[in-house]
Amino acid sequence: MFLRLLSDIQWRAAHPKWRRMTSSQRSTSTTAEPHPVSLPAQAQVVICGGGIMGTSVAYHLSKMGWKDIVLLEQGRLAAGTTRFCAGIVSTARPVSVELKMAHYSNKLYQQLEQETGVQTGYMKTGSISLAQTQDRLISLKRIASSLNVMGIPCEIISPKKVLQLHPLINIHDLVGAMYVPEDALVSSANVSLALATAASRNGVQIHERTTVSHITVQKGRVTGVETDRGRIQCEYFVNCAGQWAYELGHSGEEPVHIPLHACEHFYLLTHPLKEPLSSSLPTVVDPDGRIYIRNWQGGILSGGFEKNPKPLFTEGRNQLEIQNLQEDWDHFGPLLSALLRRMPGLEALQIMQLVNCPESFTPDMRCIMGESPTARGYFVLAGMNSAGISYGGGAGKYLAEWMVNGYPSANVWPLDLKRFGTLQSSRTFLRHRVMEVMPLMYDLKVPRWDFQTGRQLRTSPLYDRLDAQGARWMEKHGFERVKYFVPPGKDLLDLDHSKTFYKPDWFDIVGSEVKCCKEAVCVIDMSSFTKFEISSTGDQALESLQYLFSNDLDVPVGHVVHTGMLNEKGGYENDCSIARLSKRSFFMISPTDQQVHCWSWLKNHLPDDSNLVMEDVTWKYTALNLIGPRAVDVLSELSYAPMTAEHFPSLFCKEMSVGYANGIRVMSITHTGEPGFVLYIPIEYALHVYNEVMNMGQKYGIRNAGYYALRSLRIEKFFAFWGQDLDAFTTPMECGREFQVKLEKGMQFLGQEALLEQKQNGVYKRFTMFILEDHDTDMDLWPWWGEPIFRNGRYVGKTTSSAYSYTLERHVCLGFVHHFDEKTGEELVVTTDFINQGEYEIDIAGQRFQAKAKLYPFSSLFTQRRRKDEVELSGYQRE
Amino acid sequence: MLAASCCDRRMCVCPGPRRIAIPVRSSRLPLLSDAMPAPAHLFPLIRNCEISRIGSTACYCHHRHLCCLSSHFAHSHFRYAPQKKFAALYRPKEHFNHFIHTRDHASAPQRFYLTPAQVNSILKANEYSFKVPEFDGKNVSSVLGFDSNQLPANAPIEDRRSAATCLQTRGMLLGVFDGHAGCACAQAVSERLFYYIAVSLLPHETLLEIENAVESGRALLPILQWHKHPNDYFSKEASKLYFNSLRTYWQELIDLNSGETTDVREALINAFKRLDNDISLEAQVGDPNSFLNYLVLRVAFSGATACVAHVDGVDLHIANTGDSRAMLGVQEEDGSWSAVNLSYDHNAQNEREVERVKMEHPKSEEKSLVKQDRLLGLLMPFRAFGDVKFKWSIELQKRVIESGPDQLNDNEYTKFIPPNYYTPPYLTAEPEVIHHRLRPQDKFLVLATDGLWETMHRQDVARIVGEYLTGVHHQQPIAVGGYKVTLGQMHGLLTERRARISSVFEDQNAATHLIRHAVGNNEFGTVDHERLSKMLSLPEELARMYRDDITIIVVQFNSHVIGAYQDEEL
Repeated sequence: MFLRLLSDIQWRAAHPKWRRMTSSQRSTSTTAEPHPVSLPAQAQVVICGGGIMGTSVAYHLSKMGWKDIVLLEQGRLAAGTTRFCAGIVSTARPVSVELKMAHYSNKLYQQLEQETGVQTGYMKTGSISLAQTQDRLISLKRIASSLNVMGIPCEIISPKKVLQLHPLINIHDLVGAMYVPEDALVSSANVSLALATAASRNGVQIHERTTVSHITVQKGRVTGVETDRGRIQCEYFVNCAGQWAYELGHSGEEPVHIPLHACEHFYLLTHPLKEPLSSSLPTVVDPDGRIYIRNWQGGILSGGFEKNPKPLFTEGRNQLEIQNLQEDWDHFGPLLSALLRRMPGLEALQIMQLVNCPESFTPDMRCIMGESPTARGYFVLAGMNSAGISYGGGAGKYLAEWMVNGYPSANVWPLDLKRFGTLQSSRTFLRHRVMEVMPLMYDLKVPRWDFQTGRQLRTSPLYDRLDAQGARWMEKHGFERVKYFVPPGKDLLDLDHSKTFYKPDWFDIVGSEVKCCKEAVCVIDMSSFTKFEISSTGDQALESLQYLFSNDLDVPVGHVVHTGMLNEKGGYENDCSIARLSKRSFFMISPTDQQVHCWSWLKNHLPDDSNLVMEDVTWKYTALNLIGPRAVDVLSELSYAPMTAEHFPSLFCKEMSVGYANGIRVMSITHTGEPGFVLYIPIEYALHVYNEVMNMGQKYGIRNAGYYALRSLRIEKFFAFWGQDLDAFTTPMECGREFQVKLEKGMQFLGQEALLEQKQNGVYKRFTMFILEDHDTDMDLWPWWGEPIFRNGRYVGKTTSSAYSYTLERHVCLGFVHHFDEKTGEELVVTTDFINQGEYEIDIAGQRFQAKAKLYPFSSLFTQRRRKDEVELSGYQRE
Repeated sequence: MLAASCCDRRMCVCPGPRRIAIPVRSSRLPLLSDAMPAPAHLFPLIRNCEISRIGSTACYCHHRHLCCLSSHFAHSHFRYAPQKKFAALYRPKEHFNHFIHTRDHASAPQRFYLTPAQVNSILKANEYSFKVPEFDGKNVSSVLGFDSNQLPANAPIEDRRSAATCLQTRGMLLGVFDGHAGCACAQAVSERLFYYIAVSLLPHETLLEIENAVESGRALLPILQWHKHPNDYFSKEASKLYFNSLRTYWQELIDLNSGETTDVREALINAFKRLDNDISLEAQVGDPNSFLNYLVLRVAFSGATACVAHVDGVDLHIANTGDSRAMLGVQEEDGSWSAVNLSYDHNAQNEREVERVKMEHPKSEEKSLVKQDRLLGLLMPFRAFGDVKFKWSIELQKRVIESGPDQLNDNEYTKFIPPNYYTPPYLTAEPEVIHHRLRPQDKFLVLATDGLWETMHRQDVARIVGEYLTGVHHQQPIAVGGYKVTLGQMHGLLTERRARISSVFEDQNAATHLIRHAVGNNEFGTVDHERLSKMLSLPEELARMYRDDITIIVVQFNSHVIGAYQDEEL
């Protein structure tokens, strides 16, 4: 109750200014008539939600020159989760785009008061993240490395130093801490009001107490918004409804799936200390104790992310639940213990209130932004995983750029709404998953962790067979994929104990799988890959695809082409393999998580022609990847057809029979650079073909393998994967894939101009392979991704993926090297010489390891016979 | 050695400080206070115990059992006691000294801390559970099963418990027995009483069949199936003697054959009275075997109360003699728990009982009959087994003691004749029997010795057991509201609430759970580990000052079966 009161006071304090600024659009809200200003009949943009997200989007859109904007809020501005938000602006984020957003937010809030005249309560206090264990310290060091290379001051400090910074902290159980001096505190409601004030000054109309009932969509485009006060026609709609975003997304005829779910979140407010706490005292985050503590009006504000969260509103908005949002002290108990353990001096401090404020969480702990795959012009910004105030400014900026320019200025794929599909939209799934996600906020995040809830949703027909053979699973886009197979009689550590930043317990298991791929033959179930079929009555399919893909698809029937699906800037929207099944039909294989994004990209770019048919056939085929030199023998025995390179060259596709099953699409690709085939099997034949392959393969030493082996193989062969290494900001030129671009294929294609320009002027970053030199696999921290790369002691970029190469017996990191001008920091062209003439180091959690840079794979090490694609690949790179 | 000395000292000293009054003191002393109440005349008594005899008596068989038990117990104390001084206890020559030592020790601000695991191992040492077996997945008995447990304060413990299923008639017998002036009487009653009850309940034909079997040396029909904890023992030496007494009883029953069906109430009363009579007779007659002779005398000169339940279908009979208590746990329609007493305490607090005693003796004795809430100013329970000092004439007592073994003769207590002893008997073992027809809302029965009831109100017992059995914990959410609460206070409160829940989950036995509360409850009514730890780590000399032996049986009823009985009758 108190906070409500407090907010009201702040609101009123801010209000007069606010009213003055906006009096042209609205009259005072105190008059008897609640809605004196009627809604406009149309607008370019309608934003739903007057919290930090909605106001930030409005602010940035209006700054970028869009004026015809209406912001609708069902209650009052900044009255939802935003009002309850703890107001901590923290830049220590593990995902780099989130880090960028938080950094931008901090800078924005800092000057907001000056810009708008609205007090935001901004106070640069700094923040201290405490480590009670060595593992926690490692994870902090990793974050510190990435903050430092971004130019954000940050240091790892000793417990003693912690005590100097914050005298109340009990440091006896600490091993270290991370100090970020520029982190800040704000009053989030006031930040939101300040943004709204600035936006309305720029012409944005703000209407409170207006509820959006649904969005109208025609022919896949947003046409208008229905509200309780009438209809507004619009081109763009932005859903910033916070925890109600899911419901709002489902209110229209064409549902927009926004997978988020609310959980109760508790924090404690106290009366001031006898000697009130200084408002400049740093914020303390104690992730091992699951709590955060900030100073608040001379007392403290402390909350946390408990192990056993309480999800709510599963069945949608529920008045009863809203009214029952009460303090739950028993639930808060463990966090209170942690607080008193961290600051024992607070025992005598008097409680003011335990605040219960619902926060929304997403299935992968990253926020949701971007355009709906089904309705153009429908944008979303929600699901902040209780970091709304940290992301608010940056997220609003990126979304505004996205709407105005068509793309944001950074790679936001990790946050893109299209990484989810309808499959993550089940309420049961979300309820279960957010119960895992919320504690994860403060859990130790080690490399290669997997979610444990919401699993076994999409599985291959071979799931049970593989599981019985010791498969350990991970999940991608709801699909269960094998990590590796635990041999019978061997036990791995349980989940909690297997968490490590060092050499994992599966090291030898994967090693033997890799060995088998190199020397004999392995089977990997790769059914999760997204598979589309595109066909037409005439040449429409070929023509459209030639425009959308950079490589030349006009190849003889039966050929497979690796190609990028590029945007106008030449960046990879998708990286796929396309087989020409017939003159007029194509079979397209893309990464698993491309299912929604790729579909929507194709839908938006293919001509609206009823003769052109596109079908998602992912579910129709089970894919078995036979990797290894003996794959040829297995397959030829099973099909009574010669499979040698002369008869079945690399990058070739043929329908044939395997065992009794006919109509199996066999392609001579393996996604790893090793020899072998992928079999696309209609699912009803999957078990049969698998059994036949395993039986026949026995004499060739066949065994099951998982994605970890695949990953090791592809990384040591310098194969980039979309989503990890490649993104919309990377062009084929920058990753040594010029051979997959046919600039002279006789017709225009998307991104061609950008590529041509790059070809002439050179590239500004270059995908490079690094072999760690003085890294001890057994003793040293393992690289993961996101490690800073140093060239001659200067930061030049970050790694994007890494793996242990069992062939080289070294760690291999892949990453991009930039060339920053030493004085101005300006990005310069990266030449082959620049790459080759440098001493490199990779920074793993603050420790630097020497690395050898390579622009081509170690082909000389691989003594197996060369197949076409490798010859092609290495041939290009030697040019 | 220690065990033997303890054991025997008890025998000599034996006036359990509470039940038979010599030193009179408040029931609950402040924990570890300086006021270590070593009764002055305790020391001469100890000195009376010759060390050599202590050794020799230790070899009595059932005593040996006891010794093992108590030495085990002593051990557990030592394990937890941080002070080496305790080792002195093992040296008999320093017997006196060690007492002083312990006193010093106890009065020093020294604290004993037991870990939760150690607390649990003490609390669970004597726990026992029995589930009535199911047939065809169905339990047709009105009893689901029972949990029982004991926590000693005396060393050795003077409480006993028994549970058995009647095999020749229907029904189940459960009882708690609280001994005083030693454990001999309670032990004997716990072994024998159920046989007397079972025999009293047997129809004429069965009695005949049994008698014939004995006569012809054939195998006997089993009468009772006992449900015993390994620590519950039966005396082997006395079994022949006991059997003969029992046989005489059933032979008389056969002769008396009334032809009527046996009434449970009558059977219970007869069995109680008959057993007490046999105990008295055996002591008067004596036994050629010197050990048995001594045993029967000890049984007769010590005393025991008994509270016995007989459950047969929906018929629950409680026969009570003394101040143990039976209580029924009833679940009200709103889910809350209430307690129904199924026994009356036979002590000075019970006006009817005082009236009864006064009625049985001439008016001239009215003033001396009940003094300081005790019978003749000495005995707390007004009814009991044994205690022939309150039953025999002075002449009989003197004759038996004089002809008895030296040990008895040397015992100050046995020689001591109660004051104002004019018109014996002053004490009876006749029980009061209460019959209760079980209803579906009657969920459980608690039988417990006064060690429980003097620490807990029956309403709390009903609630704690009820919540334990149903697994429901009505915890009101906490709201700070306008109160001034500090973080520390809130933290303490939450910790207690958690402990309350977790203590429920760590007990698998309702009786253990109840003991945990009885011993560890703080002023908030929640289990306080620190308090538990202190209470359980008291040296045995002190333990009795803070608590009495506690014995509890919790019988859980099968509401479905009881409901079905009711439906049948409707």
